[in-house]
Amino acid sequence: MATRITVNQRVQDIDAPADTPLLYILSNELALQGPRFGCGLAQCGSCSVLVDGVETRSCVTPLGKVSGRSITTLEGLPTWYAEQHKLPNAPALHPLQQAVIDEQAMHCGYCYNGLIVKGAELLSRNPQPTDNQIRTAMNGHLCRCGTYPRIIKAIQRASRMMAGGGQ
Amino acid sequence: MITTATAFPRRDFLKAGGALLIGFTAAPQARAQQADVLPGDIGQGPGQPDPDRLDTWIAIHADNTATIFIGHVDLGQGIATSLLQIAAEELDLDMSQMKTVRLETGKGPNTGNTGASSGVNRGGPRIRLAAAEARQALVTMASARLEAPVEKLTVAHGMVSVAGNSVQQVTYGQLIGDRRFEVPYTGKAPIKDYRTHKIVGTSVPRIDIPDKAHGAFLYMQHVRVPGMLHGRIVRPRGQGSYADGARVMNVDTDSIRDVPGARVIRRGDFVGVVAAKEWDAVRSAQQLRVTWDLPAALPATPAELFEKMRSRTIDRLVLDRGDVSAAFARAAHVASGRFDSPYQAHAPFAPSCAIADVKADSALVMCSSQGVYGARAPIAAVLKMPQEKVTVQYFQGAGSFGHACFNDAAQAAAVMSQETGAPVRVQFMRWDEHGWDFYQPAHSADVKIAIDANGKLLAYEYHGWHHTWSQTETTAQLAAGQAAAEGDGPRAQALTPFNTGDMYAIPNWRIVNHRVPGLKGYLKGGNLRSPLDVAISFGAEQVMDDLAHVAGVDPYLFRRQNIGDDRWLAVLDAVAKAANWTPRKAAANLSSARVVTGRGIGLGTHLSSYGAAVAEIEVDKQTGVIVAKRMYGALEAGQAINPGIIESQITGMMVQAASRVLKEEVKFSATNVTSVDWVSYPILRFAESPEVTAIVVKRQDQRSTGAGEEALASGAAAIANAFFDATGVRLREHPMTPARVLAALKNA
Repeated sequence: MATRITVNQRVQDIDAPADTPLLYILSNELALQGPRFGCGLAQCGSCSVLVDGVETRSCVTPLGKVSGRSITTLEGLPTWYAEQHKLPNAPALHPLQQAVIDEQAMHCGYCYNGLIVKGAELLSRNPQPTDNQIRTAMNGHLCRCGTYPRIIKAIQRASRMMAGGGQ
Repeated sequence: MITTATAFPRRDFLKAGGALLIGFTAAPQARAQQADVLPGDIGQGPGQPDPDRLDTWIAIHADNTATIFIGHVDLGQGIATSLLQIAAEELDLDMSQMKTVRLETGKGPNTGNTGASSGVNRGGPRIRLAAAEARQALVTMASARLEAPVEKLTVAHGMVSVAGNSVQQVTYGQLIGDRRFEVPYTGKAPIKDYRTHKIVGTSVPRIDIPDKAHGAFLYMQHVRVPGMLHGRIVRPRGQGSYADGARVMNVDTDSIRDVPGARVIRRGDFVGVVAAKEWDAVRSAQQLRVTWDLPAALPATPAELFEKMRSRTIDRLVLDRGDVSAAFARAAHVASGRFDSPYQAHAPFAPSCAIADVKADSALVMCSSQGVYGARAPIAAVLKMPQEKVTVQYFQGAGSFGHACFNDAAQAAAVMSQETGAPVRVQFMRWDEHGWDFYQPAHSADVKIAIDANGKLLAYEYHGWHHTWSQTETTAQLAAGQAAAEGDGPRAQALTPFNTGDMYAIPNWRIVNHRVPGLKGYLKGGNLRSPLDVAISFGAEQVMDDLAHVAGVDPYLFRRQNIGDDRWLAVLDAVAKAANWTPRKAAANLSSARVVTGRGIGLGTHLSSYGAAVAEIEVDKQTGVIVAKRMYGALEAGQAINPGIIESQITGMMVQAASRVLKEEVKFSATNVTSVDWVSYPILRFAESPEVTAIVVKRQDQRSTGAGEEALASGAAAIANAFFDATGVRLREHPMTPARVLAALKNA
């Protein structure tokens, strides 16, 4: 029996066993390149998505658990942001995605799916996070290249962009 | 792979004294000094484009853009952007007119593996010369077309104009548009004076970051091909002794009977599973019951490991300058210590992944690697197929920082595809990657350094014990029965005058490399970012600090008075200035508070650049937790092609240095590795991350050297020295874990 989920605002009926981790559905059935396999153990955060706005590790989340829920991936963040902020049109990029580019924050960028998704969740709840609040919120995500100082700056930049009434 | 190294000599190769460099192979370096040999490495092997033809390196298109065929791989460090800057500069094109293509065997140049900071260092000069030669050819064509002498022509944005005449002009695209140059690449075209550079030396944004920010970048882990099966390897959870591999006693295929379509792949001691659905492959690999013979051949504890390493070695006197023994005998102060550094893992954030499509007489393998040609030969050997029948395409994965499991994964995919006749995508699981890595080998050091009554270095003696890099990929070992083998010759991991003591003026200097035979009873070893250097600086720079302390001199000023090279002095001064370093003796402000602070300074390098760091740390004496609060890293890598990228690399290096020296250690039992995920192999996290100030020391008049690893060791040393400053106690082993900190404080 198919499981109905909404992914980046599109309704999808997925014909897969309910115990299949959501990550494999997003990668293989829906060909999304945001969420990605890092550990399969919910330790690193590279597979993170938003489920009804809450950052969730898709590698350990069975498809059956998200039946009827709304899932947002890295690709869907601009639209999700527009919806949150009641903007008439979705921007090309979420402010944090733009800030990551402006700060030239990443090296290999593989962990940035999770960093951006988690950072976007943080900014949606706390638009003006302090340095400590950022570190605490992000502490469940790892970056092997060691770009922590730059993603912290990118989150702060995105926060300023949002406060400035920009996108 | 045989690679003809025509590398530049590392700085001034004979600076170390010229007298006795026993065991060094100086011949390859000497080649670079012949005027008719182009710079950079060219690998040997069948079916590769002729490196001596210009078309191998550059194509100019009808739309007035250029494609540069880059032989090095961008591993996420940004070298593609930097190399395109070099080409754009010489071609008088804008960055918007530059692109490169996916590297593939048979199509891209074979410039050897991307390692040892080689991308810009060794890849850059050849691209620069090729671009200059292409420009020269294009301007010559323009001269004929415009009927004007070359001296009267100027080029901007790929438009060639006659000076003082705005009508007479022609674009590169109009001149050659998508046709081949069909000329030899001589390397003799003049390159631009660095003082006229407009693109080189600027912080052009990286070309790959926008796509990576919104999920459009295609990592290897996202590649899918029609009709493919998903494969997973099945091995013991964590490798054992390298020479012993892993022997299959029994495979219970019934144990995955309930997984639809899952199938066991077995070749020799290689075991894998394939299934049409990825989750089915993942769960059947975990469910499959395999009985392994894993002998208890490893040392059971770190202490046993280091004793074993020191017990039987092949010793080589690397350098013996002056009269070391006599110098120690007359020294005013001698400091010494033994330092032990653990095996450490690459642990790329994305476990290695590859897709292979093996047919009867050809194979296509898509994978990450440090080089497509380097990956091809061993894949062909495992497939028992001639190299020229195998095509390898490069797809970026996560930063690997050296020899991780990418080739192993590529070979595993190849074996499974050959067995099934279908394309197979293999992705390692986290425990496969952590557990079957080519780890940075453990290193043990005896360091002894002496000064005279004036605080000047008199003698320096470094003994280092380690095994070198392992060469046999585990898939080849298990599936094809290839014996475990080690790297040898100049490419083996070894102590040199460059990675030990290079920064200082040392009149009497002895280096002994104690090579451990690393086959039986050791883990697989491989090059990990700045190989050996974290261990070397951790020890040698602490002894240097001890000498400053006994001499009653500030550690920055002490180093200053013992450096003879102005480039080393410049990075040291730059980092001290950025950190607002005010001279005082180390450990002069000891406090009885629970949380104490300290600062430390350190120097380090790998092959060719100059790194310096300052660390400011906090130590909680009750919990033993060290936090690096702020780090300053300075790197001089000759001509800075893209200072912004170098700054970014320095930032990452400082964070990774803190991770390596405070946290990282491969753990194992007598039978196998036991640190197989991010909990059992912790790395630095957000909450513990230092703030970093990165300083790029530019020497635009010098050739570019490596910028991807060479400040790492200085960061590790700075943290170790900061701990002494905070507590008055030395830690001689890393990682500097709470348990070690508490034990050291208790014993002090």
